[in-house]
Order: sequence, then structure tokens, then C-alpha cells
Amino acid sequence: MPPKIAALGKTAEAGPGTAPPGARRLAVAVLLLAALALPFFVKNFVVFQFTMALIYAIAILGLNLLTGFNGQFSLGHSAFFGIGAYTAAILIDQAGLPYWLTFPLAGLVCFVVGFLFGLPALRLEGIYLALATFALAVAMPQILKSSPLEPWTGGVQGIVIVKPDAPFGLPLTADQWLYFLTLAISLGLTVCAFNLVNSRTGRALMAIRDNPIAARAMGIDIALYKSLTFGVSALYTGVAGALSAVVVQFVAPDSFTFVLAVALFVGLVVGGVGWIPGSLIGGLFVLFVPNLAEQVSKGLAGAVYGVILILVIYIMPSGAAGLLRLIAERLRRMVGQGRDDPAGRRTR
Amino acid sequence: MEILIHQILAGLATGGIYACMALAVVMIYQAIDHLNFAQGEMAMFSTFIAWQLMQWGVPYWSAFLLTVAISFAGGLALERIVFAPLRHAPVLSHIVVFIALFVIINSLAGFIWDFSIKAFPSPFGTRPLFELGLLSAHDAGMMGVTVLLLVLLYLFFRHTRIGLAMRAAAANPESARLVGIRVGWMVALGWGMAAAIGAVAGMLIAPVVFLEPNMMLSILLYGFAGAVVGGLTSPGGAVVGGFAVGVIENLAGTFIPHVGRELKLSIALALIVAVLTIKPSGLFGRRITTRV
Repeated sequence: MPPKIAALGKTAEAGPGTAPPGARRLAVAVLLLAALALPFFVKNFVVFQFTMALIYAIAILGLNLLTGFNGQFSLGHSAFFGIGAYTAAILIDQAGLPYWLTFPLAGLVCFVVGFLFGLPALRLEGIYLALATFALAVAMPQILKSSPLEPWTGGVQGIVIVKPDAPFGLPLTADQWLYFLTLAISLGLTVCAFNLVNSRTGRALMAIRDNPIAARAMGIDIALYKSLTFGVSALYTGVAGALSAVVVQFVAPDSFTFVLAVALFVGLVVGGVGWIPGSLIGGLFVLFVPNLAEQVSKGLAGAVYGVILILVIYIMPSGAAGLLRLIAERLRRMVGQGRDDPAGRRTR
Repeated sequence: MEILIHQILAGLATGGIYACMALAVVMIYQAIDHLNFAQGEMAMFSTFIAWQLMQWGVPYWSAFLLTVAISFAGGLALERIVFAPLRHAPVLSHIVVFIALFVIINSLAGFIWDFSIKAFPSPFGTRPLFELGLLSAHDAGMMGVTVLLLVLLYLFFRHTRIGLAMRAAAANPESARLVGIRVGWMVALGWGMAAAIGAVAGMLIAPVVFLEPNMMLSILLYGFAGAVVGGLTSPGGAVVGGFAVGVIENLAGTFIPHVGRELKLSIALALIVAVLTIKPSGLFGRRITTRV
């Protein structure tokens, strides 16, 4: 199915990247201010919810690097999320490491696992890769529950962690502190993702996505880059998992089933495949829409969620990225009709 | 040795379920070029319809045929209503719609018929086929029906005009349209057939695993696995793959010490991934070459 994968990659430029840089900077600044002010105006539980949304956004960002920029499917990212969470929980619980140290370590572990999983995955394409990763997602809870690992993982019971307080005597509640920590980490990882995508490596990744044969002809080491992307993607998702372990204060095998993998995938598509800021929209969607559906109808929550999902896809077949691009396009045309564009931007 | 034979036969019995499902999966893959994640739920819903008909006093075979007809119409309608408007959406969006269908159907079934487990009758009876009691009459009947379906499908796709048109529409929609095939309707027809085959699979599986909204979850996974091991382009391969998955699952559970029973799903899946890395398009699949 390679031509179709290439076709999905076309949404890579789907982001509203055509907006003038000033407007974009303004949007980022407003968003950032809102994000910074948010925890002081809402209840602790809402802060917790937004923290989780940010965590999902990080995981979706990892998935986006893999699918959106390298054209590899994954329905198995719940496994990396779980590995990250368990790495953090075990290190805190058994080794007594401070929680902040576990984030990079969980990322590292997931990078190695993802890289190793990426090696056999090289041989698989499209639907076959989707199935192999799906198998990983399904197997993960069983592996976590299995008896040889029980001394570390706590089996079905899972591991309970104590929620850390704000350090340095900052006047913040534990929830607020974790929110800011998550925000900082997600910002850092987003900047890294932007830099990665805009680098020589990023161009190699996209070349592999768009036309692997031509990419190889230009001297790109496809095997290396594909496995590396798998590793980096798993790293992002693993860090998200570790953060979730600390924020939720609990890990258990059944938190990391394929349902999570599917949710991340849905978030990726809703946000926009191949558009980095879309991950945030995806994260918010994954967290809040199922709750919304439950409020509409308890008994039919699943059906309501499904209908919302179908409507979202109807309205924006290529995710929020496509919709925003469309709006930006319309706006630009409207503005362009009002006055002659001196910079000649439209004639580009 | 006796254990081995016993386990292989038991594996074949469960493999029959997977083979049935794998066949339905491959059918729709041939018609629409996607794996349908909602396939299992569609089959489950059809089975519930059959159950409801029987509750209303319809005899088994009438209910069976009626359900197949309703499912066919339902599958057709689903394609026309939900997927036709999305024909030009990216592939990943299609998968999200499959997922949405999955949760909608699952939730609806739970809402209408609740989540309690229901018994479903078997047309073949459940007494053991031989004295040893390894295979029940129902298991044998299920295998028989699967093979019969396979033969019918083979004849349909190879020797009828409409079968040829469907294959053409799936393989190359643009060229098919140019030679006068109504591609949209062929795809819808494929959906209808897949829903009908799923209904048959569901009604055969339900006597074994019992009827409830989540009955298809793991079966669908094994069905996918069987289809992929056999090769998504080959219905016969899918059936063989389904049986193979059943046998492997059972043998791994019995013969691998300590972790075997706990991890039998994982082991089966790992084996599948191993098969795929050696033969990326499945054991019986055609390697699809693309022009650069």
C-alpha cells in the first residue's frame, strides 16, 4: 500500500504554515499565556485533567513523528507509554530514585526498545506494520502481568507512587506543580521536534515517507533512519508514560491496553497527521471528548463518542490541520480581495 | 504424543473460528483494500439480530437466512451512508471511522440487548463427533461451512462477471471506471458480502463463545492474525492461517513451560510477527510490486 502512505503524507504541509510569521508568533504567545494562567483559575481536578491532556499530547507528538513524518503506522504506542510508566514507577518504588530523574531514563529505555522493535518492523509496510504494532499493544498488559516480572511490576496490583510536592518552597499545590513541569517538558520536546523536522535528518525522514526508492537512490540509509525514528517516537511516548505514572500516582497493566493505543491514534488523526501543533489538539480531544460523550448519555456513551468522531472526520477529513489551513486560506483570500498585496505574497 | 494430538485437534477446533473470521476479513480487504476494524462488531451485531429473531419464534434456518440478508443490506447501507462521502479522505481518517463504527456498534448492542451472556443454538448439535470427544459435531460443522464458503467465494470471484468486476474495482479503481465498472457500487457490494460472511461467522462462533457484545474482541484479533499470516490477498491462505493460529496458540499454551499459559496470546502474536519478517506478504500472499 505504499502509494496510499505517500498520499497521507501529503497532509504534512497541511498545517496552516502559510500564515504570516507575525500572526503565528502572536498565536503562540497567547496560547502560552493562557496555559501559564490556567492553573490559577480552575479547580485542582481540572488542572489534573489538563496535565493529562498535555501528557497525551506528548505521546501523540511521538506518534506524529513516526507516522506523520516518516510514514510508518503504529497502533502499538500504548506499549511504549506503558514501558515508560513502568520504568518510572519501578525506579521510584524499588531504586528510590527522585521522580524527575526517571523521565530521561524512561525515555532512554523506550528509545532502545523502540529502536530494537523498529528493526524487524523495517520489513513490514502499511497494514502489516499496523498489525505487528497492534500485536505489541495487545501483548503488553499480559507481559506486565506475567509472573516472572511480578517482583518488579507488582503483577495485576500495579505500583502506587506518592505524588511529589512542589520543590524550593514554591507556593504551588502538587497538581499545579506537576502541571507546570509537564508544560515545560512538553514545550521542550515540541521545540526539539520542530528542530528535528526542519533539519537534514527531518528532510531525510520525509523523503523516506514520500518516496523510499528515490530516497535510497539519494543515499539515505533507510534502515537506520526508520529504526531511529521508531526509537525517537518511542522516547517521546515513554517520557509521556513516565509523566503519567507520576501524575496519576499509580501504574497497572490494564491502563496500557490497546484501547490507549487506539486513543492515541485517534488523537493523531483528529489533530492532523504531520502537523506538530496538532498533537496538542489531539491530546485535548483524547481526554475531554469521551467525558463529554459520557455526560450526554451514560448508557450510550460509546455510541455518542463514535458519532462525534465520525462527524469530526466529516467536517475535517484531514484533521484540525486541514481545517485550519482551509480557514487560513479563506481569510487570506478575503484580505487579499480588500487590498492589493504589495509583497505579492499571493502570486507566489 | 497423545497430548500433542489432543492439543492439535483442540487447536483446529478453535482455529475454525479464527479461519471463519479471517475469511471475512480477507473478503472485505479484497473489496475495499482496507482492514475493517469494525468487522467483528458487525458480525456480533448480526448474531444478535439472529438471536432476537429466534426469540420471536423464527425457526433456526429461516432466522439464519434472514440474518444473512439483513446483514448484507446493512453492510451495503453502511458503505453508502458512512463511507461514500469520505472516499477522498486520507487513509488514516478511514481507520478512525472504522474505530468509531466499532465503538458505536458495540455500545448500541450493549444498550439494546445488555451485556449479559446469552446462549446461542448450534444447528449441528454439540455432542462429540468421535468417541474420544476431541471434536464436537459443531466444530466439524463449522469447519465444513468455512470450507464451503471458501469454495463458493473462489467460484464467485474467478468465474462470474461481477466477481471479476469487484476484483478490478479493488485493484485499480481508475482503470476499472474507464472500462465501465461502477466502482462505488462494487465497493458497496463488497461491504455487503463481508457483512453477510461476518454474520455467518458470528452465528457459527456464538454457540462456542456465547453471545455478548464483547465476544468478538479477541476473535477478531486472531482472525486478523490468521489473515495476515496466510496473506491478505489469498482467501485460502487466510483459512489456513486461521487454523494455524489456533493450533500454535494451543501448543504454545501447553508446551512452553512457565510462561506458556499466561502469555499464549503474546507468543502467538510474536510468532506471527516472526512469520511476517520472513515473508512480509504472508505465507500464501502475492508480493505486490509497484511501478516507480
